[in-house]
Amino acid sequence: MKIIVAIKQVPDRESQVRIDDSGKWIVESDLQYAMNEPDAHALEEALQLKEKSAAAGGEVVVLTAGPESAGTVIREALAKGADRAIHILTDDLARRDALSVARLLAAAVKEESPDLLLAGLQSEDLGYGQTGVIVAELLGLPHATLILNVEKTDTGVRVKRELEEGWFQSIELPTPAVLTIQSGGNKIRYATLMGIKRAKTKEVRPIAASSLTSDEAAVVVLDKISLPTKKKSTQMLAGTPKEAAAALVEKLRLEVHVL
Amino acid sequence: MSGILVVLEQRAQKSLARINWEALTAAMRLGEPASVAAVILGADTQAAAAEIAAKAPGRVISVQHPLLTPYTADGTLAALQQLIQFESPDYVVFPHTYQVRDYAPALATRFGQMLISDVTAIVEGPVFTRQMMQGRLNGNYRHTSSGACFLSVQAGAFPADLPAAGGAAIEQFSPAIDAAQIRTIPGEPYRAAAQAVDLSSAQLIVGVGRGIKAQDNLHIVEELATALGAELAASRPICDSGWLPLERQVGSSGQTVAPKLYIAAGISGAIQHLVGMKASQCIVAVNKDPDAPIFEVADYGIVGDLMEVVPALTEAVKAAKQ
Repeated sequence: MKIIVAIKQVPDRESQVRIDDSGKWIVESDLQYAMNEPDAHALEEALQLKEKSAAAGGEVVVLTAGPESAGTVIREALAKGADRAIHILTDDLARRDALSVARLLAAAVKEESPDLLLAGLQSEDLGYGQTGVIVAELLGLPHATLILNVEKTDTGVRVKRELEEGWFQSIELPTPAVLTIQSGGNKIRYATLMGIKRAKTKEVRPIAASSLTSDEAAVVVLDKISLPTKKKSTQMLAGTPKEAAAALVEKLRLEVHVL
Repeated sequence: MSGILVVLEQRAQKSLARINWEALTAAMRLGEPASVAAVILGADTQAAAAEIAAKAPGRVISVQHPLLTPYTADGTLAALQQLIQFESPDYVVFPHTYQVRDYAPALATRFGQMLISDVTAIVEGPVFTRQMMQGRLNGNYRHTSSGACFLSVQAGAFPADLPAAGGAAIEQFSPAIDAAQIRTIPGEPYRAAAQAVDLSSAQLIVGVGRGIKAQDNLHIVEELATALGAELAASRPICDSGWLPLERQVGSSGQTVAPKLYIAAGISGAIQHLVGMKASQCIVAVNKDPDAPIFEVADYGIVGDLMEVVPALTEAVKAAKQ
């Protein structure tokens, strides 16, 4: 089975985010980057699927769109066991809407004709939660979202889909298909030293974004970003941990009446 | 082209969930209430259509077809594509549910559009606000294309009380759907296991998040919960890691709670967690990041390392109870 995993490099969740002078984006020089966590779960699911059907052969290809620096997450994915990578080079990822990014990915996926395309269910930065579904639609493939587990069947795949409030559902899909992966269905592996060494010899194919799609005007534009406004007036309790704890216990006794 | 469609969602023949009325309120902010048509899909939509008509002005469009129940993305997409082509609306509004996340992005794509997902506010323009960077920033979005604008609204972001009186007329729309168009086979929904812990009736809850760093540190929050006589709960990453069982997860994929007191220790406050606990009467946040979104919903906040603050709090609670 040939599986493509779409991964994205996103600001690390511990990074400080500051709004830049344009008011339309964040100061990128402040940021540390990491692989989008749901995408790391998608990669893990793909690697496990390949390992389970090792006798039948199979290939895991990672695909990303982003600047040169996104090569870091590609090398991480190769070190964990992906066989090769495709890097769509683009410096304007943040200014593209989800449809525009999905068009780039779909064009690259089409050339490869995989059995499965896996993607994280949403990115931790923009969080549109749509890219995988749009790619499926652009390619005319069936899809399923919020998937925790994938099993191969004779005609396609059987997946475990998360519903709301602790409910689940099993769905059968023919392949080729697109699945967006929810976190928690598997345990993400670490790269081994051997894996890191091997990754250096694996193929990373760069593709210029301009060679995949023509420039189309965005249908949705991010005008301005801002800090959220507080919904409640929060009483901040300062001091040493001991002082703050004592102040809180007073509030819980006298104002909240729970002690 | 005119009008506003709002696509509502009925689950398991029950009455409509609150988020549907919130989506309807959001739709009415985009135009005259009378220009809003509420859409309900299914094999049998009669009861739901009547329920909507009693509360909503404008129109109710009942889209009935045997292949629309159970839900599949392919069936829903076929039906809504035909309805939108027929109605040519300016806006198509959805509640931001898991089901909407499954098909609405593809529906927008069919019209060359992009869903503005998980909208939290609509202001003059219209400008749509949605969260970015795990709730640490807001982004203001504008629809710049001449086609229909697709948007989904976040749970709890708009009032569920409708701004206009009901009495909508119910219309029927019969889509053409062929069984061969439906490529997936959905199974019956099921629950993982009997829930041994019912957090929804707990009066006091201590919730723990990523800030706890390691499973070995969990005893710190367990001791606070014991001192308070509180139940222990967790955000998704803690249950994903297997540090606490799934039945202690609070949020959109876990339980919804509304205790007298919810202490969020090391929980940043992503919306997926907030929807499960923001109705708590009193929220206390302990977090080392002063900009963490959890402080936006907190009544009391302590900025600090939970490894230091929580043990101090446990001692202070014990002392107060003596």
